[in-house]
Amino acid sequence: MQLYRTLWRLADVVEVVPETPRTKSLVLEVPGWEGHKTGQHVDVRLTAEDGYQAQRSYSIASAPEDERLVLTVDRLDDGEVSPYLTEVLMVGDKLEFRGPIGGYFTWEAREGGPLLLIGGGSGVVPLRAMLRHRAAVGSDVPTRLLYSSRSYEEIIYRRELENLAAQDGSLEVLHTLTRSWPASWSGYHRRIDAEMLAEVAWSPDERPLAFVCGPTPLVEAVGAALVGLGHDAARVKTERFGATGG
Amino acid sequence: MDELRLDGNAAAGTLGEVFSFEVTTAEYTCEGCGKTDRLGAAMVYEVRGLGTIVRCPSCDHALIRLAHSRGRHRIDLRGIRHLQVEDVAG
Repeated sequence: MQLYRTLWRLADVVEVVPETPRTKSLVLEVPGWEGHKTGQHVDVRLTAEDGYQAQRSYSIASAPEDERLVLTVDRLDDGEVSPYLTEVLMVGDKLEFRGPIGGYFTWEAREGGPLLLIGGGSGVVPLRAMLRHRAAVGSDVPTRLLYSSRSYEEIIYRRELENLAAQDGSLEVLHTLTRSWPASWSGYHRRIDAEMLAEVAWSPDERPLAFVCGPTPLVEAVGAALVGLGHDAARVKTERFGATGG
Repeated sequence: MDELRLDGNAAAGTLGEVFSFEVTTAEYTCEGCGKTDRLGAAMVYEVRGLGTIVRCPSCDHALIRLAHSRGRHRIDLRGIRHLQVEDVAG
């Protein structure tokens, strides 16, 4: 495990699945993959013909129990790496990566809950891995996902999340849409704020274990609001995406 | 200049080239403001081709400066008062 953190190796791309107009899931075959924890990421490295290298981190979207490693990549138009991964990379290609990496933003079912998952945009990716892991091991840890997207079309894993919640009385999935929403939309339609968190998060007495992942402004606002509502900062784990990543 | 603003989780791969312990769960105390937290929760700035700076999210003090050139890493840890690392053997 220690060794693989820094060893660059090659995965085979075996499937590319469009998730939304801007995101694709890359299904990877990794010979000798030693497993991971939900919430961990891999570093992906691209090398140009002139030797120039660019590297980015992508959260693992699959559960440890899934057969294949999956990354879900959001295309950032001015990015160096994500346009290649979402527009150019094809089945049969190789992808250079290292990992799994990270021990802070991770969850295993035996750690319990209640589990409060808060994601913005592609910040839902590691949270989806947690939900798939939770379902795969048959955990009934009370869990709520609050997921902020710009529009209905940009909700990643929408059907899968609906199906997971429909089959599981201990899982609730709540969406908020921040830029546009269908006329019939009955969910939240604003940025996540303290009032919304007071409604969705359990009371601080119930000591939920919170994982917050998304763009830096969302993560900082949510983290501060949860602590402001009285939640223990040590049980609020965060992972931020940079404003100029990709 | 192309600068990436990330966090301690995203920099774990780069820091892992230098440190053999799990970086994201190591607990730092900031020399600037005294804040104690996991490195995974700190802010990280990567400047393309130059290196990585890990900053305290409370006071912006540089905790770790990591530069990489000509096959060598140069590490400046002046911003960390002390670092607690989990004993994996224990």
